[in-house]
Amino acid sequence: MSNPYQPDTDLGRPERQVVLAYMGTAGVLLLLMMAFGLVMRLAQGDLIGVAPDWFYRILTLHGTGMVGLAGLAGAGIMWYFLRQHVHLSLGIAWTNLALFLIGVVLILGGILLGGYAGGWTFLYPLPAKPMGMWSTTGTASFLTGLLLIGVGFLLLHLDTARGIVQRYGGLGKGLGWPQLFGHNDGNAPPAPVVASTMVLIVNILGLVSGAAIVVMSLINLYFPAFEVDPLLAKNMIYFFGHVFINATIYMGVIAVYALLPRYTGRPWKSSTKAFLGAWTASTVMVIIVYPHHILMDFAQPQWMHVMGQIISYTSGLPVLAVTAYGAITILYRSGIKWDLASGLLTLSAFGWAAGTIPAMVDATIVVNEVMHNTLWVPGHFHFYLLLGVMAMALGFMVWMARTYGNGGGSALDAPAFWLYALGGVGFVGMFLMGGREGAPRRFAEYLPEWVPYAQWGALFAALVLVATTVLVGRFFGQFLAGRREAPDAGVA
Amino acid sequence: MYQEIAWQVSLLGVLLLAAVFLFVVMRSGDPTEYGPVQKRFYRFRALWFWGLVAVGSWLSVETLAGLPYGPTHGEDDGSAAVTVEVTGQQWYWDMSRTELPAGRTVQFNVTSADVNHGFAIYNADDEVVAQTQAMPEYTNKLRHTFREPGTYRVMCLEYCGPPHHNMTAEIQVTAEKEG
Repeated sequence: MSNPYQPDTDLGRPERQVVLAYMGTAGVLLLLMMAFGLVMRLAQGDLIGVAPDWFYRILTLHGTGMVGLAGLAGAGIMWYFLRQHVHLSLGIAWTNLALFLIGVVLILGGILLGGYAGGWTFLYPLPAKPMGMWSTTGTASFLTGLLLIGVGFLLLHLDTARGIVQRYGGLGKGLGWPQLFGHNDGNAPPAPVVASTMVLIVNILGLVSGAAIVVMSLINLYFPAFEVDPLLAKNMIYFFGHVFINATIYMGVIAVYALLPRYTGRPWKSSTKAFLGAWTASTVMVIIVYPHHILMDFAQPQWMHVMGQIISYTSGLPVLAVTAYGAITILYRSGIKWDLASGLLTLSAFGWAAGTIPAMVDATIVVNEVMHNTLWVPGHFHFYLLLGVMAMALGFMVWMARTYGNGGGSALDAPAFWLYALGGVGFVGMFLMGGREGAPRRFAEYLPEWVPYAQWGALFAALVLVATTVLVGRFFGQFLAGRREAPDAGVA
Repeated sequence: MYQEIAWQVSLLGVLLLAAVFLFVVMRSGDPTEYGPVQKRFYRFRALWFWGLVAVGSWLSVETLAGLPYGPTHGEDDGSAAVTVEVTGQQWYWDMSRTELPAGRTVQFNVTSADVNHGFAIYNADDEVVAQTQAMPEYTNKLRHTFREPGTYRVMCLEYCGPPHHNMTAEIQVTAEKEG
């Protein structure tokens, strides 16, 4: 069996550095945003006192930060593996990170100084109607920060599109369409290319939609006579939001495809029609599935609601039938030597697949009528973000630190893994149970019967935070302790 | 009812998936040749895939038969016994009436005077029984028949600014035949 920590010799040091910067930034932000999440659960559990206006500022910060850092971590993973197949611009990658950090500063200023507490969803026209709770400048700062971050990601995806088109001759070829729809000669692009092509297609559309509604919201902020149709605005926001957060998973899963084969010595077959078909189907479904966010907008055309439910059901199939199933196929009697990275990557395949189950349940319209905007919703998305995307990111970080850092495992690895996994399951379980009891999401104060769910949720959140501190600390620690350099080499 | 079904279906699904992963992880030692494993698993994957398609199709047919939107499209057929005009505002509910009859169809015409709100009706056990969005410039028509008399609570389920959690109202449902 090959050494899973064999450095990738087709990536030079400058390329690895930009990925390290992405993952390190995401790691620091993750700890900070998890701490904010813990504060909210403690406040809802009546264990600490947080004034409602500050609760909602923290809520806005937590939501924006988690979505942003998930995007950054996913982009770091995608860039690392895609760069081994196509030429990508280092300058664009650093520009994206710079715009991200400038955006973070503007968002922090808008929330902490300007008092903005309109939610990361900036649902029109709430940002412009604060009833004196936040300033216009605060809102503008927040929205401008979002815009800069979106522009950065847009540049990154345009660059990945350029790289893929240059190397493979078109986006259809990047998705393996000649092999999918014609004779499969076994020469379909590798999994990172197929996944990155899918991601750039959906995310460019999502980011353009998001940028458009942010700009319209900014104009409305200073010129209220410029109005936007609220239902159109909601469609644009949820299209952008759903696509962007989905893309984080599709970027992160590249680490599962790329690394589990190194641990098991078994190739992940990405040239099959099933694999290529699943990714093409996901490309279409991720674009049209978002109406399941607006099932309670009765004025929306009914066919969109019906489509929202049906596509929600079908979009779970590629996940369950290809990625999760592929993971268990590759693991079964493979002789894998378990460690922290392979454990986290396997957990991520489970977390993503399992999280789709309560998500699909909620996308059922008759269920959504009684569970929309209850804690069931953060329950299902924390499931596949915490146990899916973040497990992918942390698994990749652990692998990278060990490959290019000082090497070696630690006695804390197993406790940290189990604390993260079990704490995470308990944490999302409390959300789901709260949702079953009708507890609303985004509420600063609870009815007495909902408080225990928040208290238990806070306990599990604290366990996850401790585990994540160990994992992120390990990432930085291994790099500070020593570096094992891979030979620099030209690429693609 | 749907809350409990949602919980049990999700719990069962997650536990089954966890059991499969745990089984595979426990059998991950003892290495064997990949080819036969792959062949066996891929053959079963087709069954698994079409099984999921069959279950999803059946569920779609079952659950899409009784959507809450029917009366909101086209003209009112006049079957609602009582109509209630509801306007959400930061941060209170303006309702044309709050005393309603049990056993009769009530139509809530829900809109907003400012930002998006969520109009959710909770029963005495604090379970959501129905909801729709309150959106500016649009009127969402929600029909509901209260089965039990008692006090129902209206809560806002769409975040609408810092006092959002205080945006509540009460509905009294009586056993009277006339609304």
